[in-house]
Amino acid sequence: MSVIVAKELTTALTALREHGDARLIQGGTDLMVEINFNHVKPTTMISLRDIKSLRMIRTDTPGIMSIGSGVPYSVIEGEPVLTAIPALAQAARTVGSPQIRAAGSLGGNLGTCSPAGDTLPVMFALDASIHLSAIDSSRVVSIHDFMTGVKRSVRQHDEIITAIDFPIINGWQGYSKVGVRNAMVISVASACLVADHENADVRIALGSVGPTIIRCRAAESWLKTTLDLSTRSTISLDVANEFGRRAAEESSPIDDHRSTAQYRRHAISVLASRLLRKAYQ
Amino acid sequence: MSANEFYSLNVNGETMSVQDSWVGESLLYVLRERLGLPGTKGACEQGECGSCTVLMDGEAVCACLVMAATAVNSEIVTVEGITTDSELTDVQQSFVEEGAVQCGFCTPGLIVAVHHLLGKNPQPSEFEIKEAISGNICRCTGYGRVFAAVEATIRSRNDSK
Amino acid sequence: MAKSSLVTKPRDILGNSALRPDGAHKVQGSFEFTSDLHAENMLWGATLRSPHPYAKIVSIDTSAALALSGVQCVITADDVPGKPTYGLISSDQPVFAQDFVRYMGEPVAAVAADHPETCRRALALITVVYEVLTPLTDPEDAIAGSFAPIHPDGNVIRHQRIIRGEQSISGPIVVEGEYVIGMQDQAFLGLEAALAIPDPDGLGLHLHVATQWLHEDLTQISACLNLPADKIRLTLGGVGGAFGAREDISLQVHCCLLALKAGRPIKMQYSREESFFGHVHRHPATIFMRHHADSNGKIVKIDARFVFDGGAYTSTSPAVLINGITHTQGPYKCDNATVDGYAVRTNNPPCGAMRGFGVVQACFAHESQMDKIAAAVGKSPVEIRLINAMVTGDPLITGQIMESVAPVARCITETDAIPLPELMGQTVNELSLPGGSGLTASRSNIVRGIGWGVSMKNLMYSEGFDDYATARCTLKDGIASLKFATSEVGQGFVTLAPQIARSVLGVDEVILEPIDTQIGSAGSTSASRQTWMSGGAVDGACRLVRERLFHHVGLMHSIDPIRLVIDGTDVIDQLGTFRVSVADASEGIEISETFEHHHRATEELDENGQGNCHTAFAFVAHRAVVDVDPELGLVKVVQIATAQDVGRVLNPLSAIGQVEGGIAQGLGLAVMEEIVMKDGKVRNPSFTDYLLPTALDAPDVVAVMIEEHEPQAPLGAKGIGEPPCISVTPAIVAAIRNAIGKNIERIPVRPQDICL
Repeated sequence: MSVIVAKELTTALTALREHGDARLIQGGTDLMVEINFNHVKPTTMISLRDIKSLRMIRTDTPGIMSIGSGVPYSVIEGEPVLTAIPALAQAARTVGSPQIRAAGSLGGNLGTCSPAGDTLPVMFALDASIHLSAIDSSRVVSIHDFMTGVKRSVRQHDEIITAIDFPIINGWQGYSKVGVRNAMVISVASACLVADHENADVRIALGSVGPTIIRCRAAESWLKTTLDLSTRSTISLDVANEFGRRAAEESSPIDDHRSTAQYRRHAISVLASRLLRKAYQ
Repeated sequence: MSANEFYSLNVNGETMSVQDSWVGESLLYVLRERLGLPGTKGACEQGECGSCTVLMDGEAVCACLVMAATAVNSEIVTVEGITTDSELTDVQQSFVEEGAVQCGFCTPGLIVAVHHLLGKNPQPSEFEIKEAISGNICRCTGYGRVFAAVEATIRSRNDSK
Repeated sequence: MAKSSLVTKPRDILGNSALRPDGAHKVQGSFEFTSDLHAENMLWGATLRSPHPYAKIVSIDTSAALALSGVQCVITADDVPGKPTYGLISSDQPVFAQDFVRYMGEPVAAVAADHPETCRRALALITVVYEVLTPLTDPEDAIAGSFAPIHPDGNVIRHQRIIRGEQSISGPIVVEGEYVIGMQDQAFLGLEAALAIPDPDGLGLHLHVATQWLHEDLTQISACLNLPADKIRLTLGGVGGAFGAREDISLQVHCCLLALKAGRPIKMQYSREESFFGHVHRHPATIFMRHHADSNGKIVKIDARFVFDGGAYTSTSPAVLINGITHTQGPYKCDNATVDGYAVRTNNPPCGAMRGFGVVQACFAHESQMDKIAAAVGKSPVEIRLINAMVTGDPLITGQIMESVAPVARCITETDAIPLPELMGQTVNELSLPGGSGLTASRSNIVRGIGWGVSMKNLMYSEGFDDYATARCTLKDGIASLKFATSEVGQGFVTLAPQIARSVLGVDEVILEPIDTQIGSAGSTSASRQTWMSGGAVDGACRLVRERLFHHVGLMHSIDPIRLVIDGTDVIDQLGTFRVSVADASEGIEISETFEHHHRATEELDENGQGNCHTAFAFVAHRAVVDVDPELGLVKVVQIATAQDVGRVLNPLSAIGQVEGGIAQGLGLAVMEEIVMKDGKVRNPSFTDYLLPTALDAPDVVAVMIEEHEPQAPLGAKGIGEPPCISVTPAIVAAIRNAIGKNIERIPVRPQDICL
């Protein structure tokens, strides 16, 4: 058999170490497309589908919600994530179709590491941490260090993404995604904005407008020097638009068959402005 | 190509064995070409049309995106297993009576998706109905009759309470 | 005491919503689509396609593929025993490319093997050496003659003018625009599929195929295989939608060749990606229109230039061109016109039939123009259309007189009378705003617009084509059997045909015989023609049978047959008291009649585009209400109101299904569906990137059927398949313009067209 259906993480990790050609499969929503479209020829497969420990949502560490890499989006859409990390729940709801959301998971989004991965901007805006395990080691990597390029990450062959830690913030967070259809659409541009009221901080991350997810650090710091966010007062349209303009400046989109660089940049400026105003409504 | 995968799947309550299969075969392919269950349809191979919707452990998923050999521990229900007798279910009956079937290629997937929806949420709002079937592309009907069929099913279930 | 009541189920005759006879199988998954077919000892077939839009083939080496375990055979152009080309109008498309490939995706070779994955690996082992050439991708280069011919037949497929009336006349109002229509795909869900089973003697075969026209396929296949037509039997496999894309040959010849060479049954089935390369698309077009109008907005003259990009091979381009230019005026009076039209050959994908067939493109242009006239004279979109509305008896710009029932004004006023949707409240479900689940907008970001589209569409075939359909009816023991070769692609002819038999013959039970080539042609399931044509054939055959039944009853009971009529399920004497059930009357006898329905003759156009080229016409109006996010350029179509000229409703459920389905396709072209090309290469051959409307994109549809029986039509009913998808597109675009106050002349409308 060249398919190993693991029920325990250690089984999968052992097999992964043994088979240099092995590929991991969780929901299959990315990898099976590659196989069906004749781009990948699978040899040894390790299925993570039945590993229950990857499907847990934990809140045992204060201030952290830790979501197992195999928790399907359909679960993330609802409680307890909806209340604790609403932007993640919103992002999950925009992934593909209900059928895709019942199968796909954060581990898959990270494993594929596409700049259009819907939940990645949320991880970047919330400074999420990625848990990686190998058979004889484990490490925690900041999302900012994890994704290194288009479909590239620091995950080593023998490592499995086990969970993603999201800090629970006191404040507002939102996610918006532009697609040309009202459902089931790949993002043309997306943004996640987090207003951390406790720390008087605003963070914004962009998807589909660069080789990786982009954190707009310059726009963030401009905002913090322009406004006193601790007052939590409403934000004028002018300031919001300027914030949007600056966020768009930090994006580096391309022209492709889905859209144009010019439109993507414009869309980012609109999304960033709208999200910021919503955050301080 | 080595066709050396041997495994068993639990489909529609039966254990079915798969022999000499290739590792890359999707559940869709195995159901249709190996297990004699062609009711599940394929139209996009990438989870963008919903024609291959099946229930896996009670969740509606696209069979084209399930690597068949990884589904060995799951309970799979296809359109053929939605009902155990030859009678139509109320959803199926409504689809025929409300004109929700034209070419019929998307229909099995929709039937499974609607059964799944009404099982989880017996009184869905109009928006919830639309969202629940937003992954099932229908090219013929424009969805109007499909909505009518779902609403007719809900009405008849409410009336018979 | 409770009152008892008898519920009488209405008989499934014409006018009632008979249910689909295949409905139960389709909802249970037991309906057999072509892709569900299997045969003992079957192999899989697959096609190798060109990665280049234009290249010279230097060499093809199939030896490595043949050597792969599990591969049965590999075929190329050298293995085509008969005619090396096929085509609906001009036989200019090679079965396999021999010297040149002229579009990306052109078939080069095919393999037969034991598993689809073996096929894919075998295809990868075929070595084709290409000398890549610069593709011709701009249709204007084809017209200008600035590019060397890419095909022996030249780069212009057809050029046709229409010169009508006073050429130099103008008016105080002159409006113009250049309209661009992108390439739309039919995107039927049931992918191309066929199963070819060779005869045991190896001298013929049986092809099960999903097609729109069995007999035309047979003619083309027979020529390519160099086999007499009687050695090839075609049976319609279950068809998962068509919309024009199954009118041309795709895998038919390849599948038959593989089966004959392998001596084993071959199943072929395209993937979605291959399907985008394996069938023709809707023609992209650029249309310039200039309307001259008087100060009231009445059209005085139209100048127009049409350029249809036919892609690499002819397909139905000549007919699409004629449909386009002869619908320049739309459903409006116009006495003077100067129209120039080209269908050209390029190295883009071949284009051909799709629902609306040339008229979709013309309609987007003329309806955009009508709104410009309205704005110029200060009238509403409804007023300007009513002022110009055509009526029966009006001459068209081809000189043909409009003889069809033409309730254009009624279509408009009855659409106008449909209530508008409620205004958006201040609190709305943000998921239902433009942008949908992406949650991009709040209520305050959204503006609403209203727009109009009205269209005229020819029905059936044109330009002198002898268009006919054949049907046989057999009555025995009160049961009617119907035989025809009419392709059932989802439209519901299998529902309608028994309704006709029940109405004409007074039977309840009707058996449909297999749809195959064991009877005369039914013509294509296209051009809104089967209700009229095959419906006419079934009606004719049933009437002939009824005549003989009356004769038989008359003889048996000494009644002049002329006094007999059908009343419900009985034969009665209209002048007396005699009554016998059809079942009893036909007991022990078998009456069988075959009927060919031909529509009236049409003519070719002369060099000035004059002639009675069309058979009949149907009309429809659409009013669109859209919500737009002007800053992000996202659109949600809220409501489509429509009143359609249908002649007569034969099955209300089928009729509304056609209307709603067509509207969704027109919506797709308006705001999302486009095959994106770059340098002759298709960039988005998948459902991830070729976007079709989902349930969350579907608008509320409010439809009115205008029933004015068409005297020319055998059943009084016009075809209803195409009109729904034609003027809804310009209506939606007009509504977007209305919402944002900006001119848009290109479809599909992209977000950047709205907001940048």
